[in-house]
Amino acid sequence: MFMCYDHDHHYDEQAAIAVEQDILQRNNLLAERNRGYFEAKRILALNLMSSPGSGKTSLLEETIRRLKDRLDIYVIEGDQQTSNDANRIAALSVPAFQVNTGMGCHLEAGMVNHAVRHLEPSTGALLFIENVGNLVCPAMFDLGEAKKVVIVSTTEGDDKPLKYPNIFSEADVCVINKTDLLPYLGGFDMRTLRDNILKVNPRTHVFELSAAKGDGMDAWCGWLLKNLPVSAGGNA
Amino acid sequence: MKNCTTFAGMHELSIAQSIVELAEEQAAKRRASGVEEVEIEIGRLAGVESQTLRFALQSAVKNTMLEKAHIVCHDIDGEGRCGDCDATFAMPELFTPCPRCGSYAVRLIRGKELRLKSIIINK
Repeated sequence: MFMCYDHDHHYDEQAAIAVEQDILQRNNLLAERNRGYFEAKRILALNLMSSPGSGKTSLLEETIRRLKDRLDIYVIEGDQQTSNDANRIAALSVPAFQVNTGMGCHLEAGMVNHAVRHLEPSTGALLFIENVGNLVCPAMFDLGEAKKVVIVSTTEGDDKPLKYPNIFSEADVCVINKTDLLPYLGGFDMRTLRDNILKVNPRTHVFELSAAKGDGMDAWCGWLLKNLPVSAGGNA
Repeated sequence: MKNCTTFAGMHELSIAQSIVELAEEQAAKRRASGVEEVEIEIGRLAGVESQTLRFALQSAVKNTMLEKAHIVCHDIDGEGRCGDCDATFAMPELFTPCPRCGSYAVRLIRGKELRLKSIIINK
């Protein structure tokens, strides 16, 4: 379609172009490339998302301690600043790559692509992608993961899913961490939190655990092993 | 409050930059001299504040072909379909239960759009 307008005594030719593209398509295409790579190498990639301080890194540390003798584990750490988290993971002799997003509040597929090139994860590995601590922005950006895992801790209150429904609605798995603190939390009700999670996302799978004390870790680790494209039992 | 604004604004900035990149790519392909208008659709349940996005676009378009572009933004209302009774209904929130049977097994059919619909370029 062409139109002519008279602007300031000269003619500008204009054209209207139907684009009809997803605004996030560049990220989504890169995410699909990552996904294809993970599938071809039979890597289980998980995108871990939560508020800052919900215990993502502690959960990873405890998971790594329990599983690292059974399979290869790699970690991509996303934070605005510092390599503190990657250092914590590296201390467990697991390869970790820190992505600093600077002002950015979430990881994007291109950053994961870059990190994976550095890490070169082995076939059949478990790859944890620890997103920037934030319950808003990471929800929108596909990284190419097989599953999205949202971690919420008991100290955050039981109405988090209602306050941040987007991220909970995307979660394949929801981990409720810090169950060991339940005796000290007067206003918190586990039943209400679970109901709120399922209201926003009836399909999600919920685990209750304490990464610090170990309660509930067996079920979580069992789920991880069950979801590996290659059976880790055979490697043990 | 300051932190909330920063957080809500950051992914809108990424999205604003993506809009600029996509529109510039389309315009460059057609050897345009500039972009006059950009038309976008934003679902009300997409997790993007359209006001914040407009604000983010003001800085994202600087020194690009979109610098003087008029931004037309359509907000798309949420609509869901019940997985249990098949009713369709308006979803003002992501966790709206089915108004007919009360089920939460609801599938969103509209309202998560983030779409660059069209552009008008100057040749």
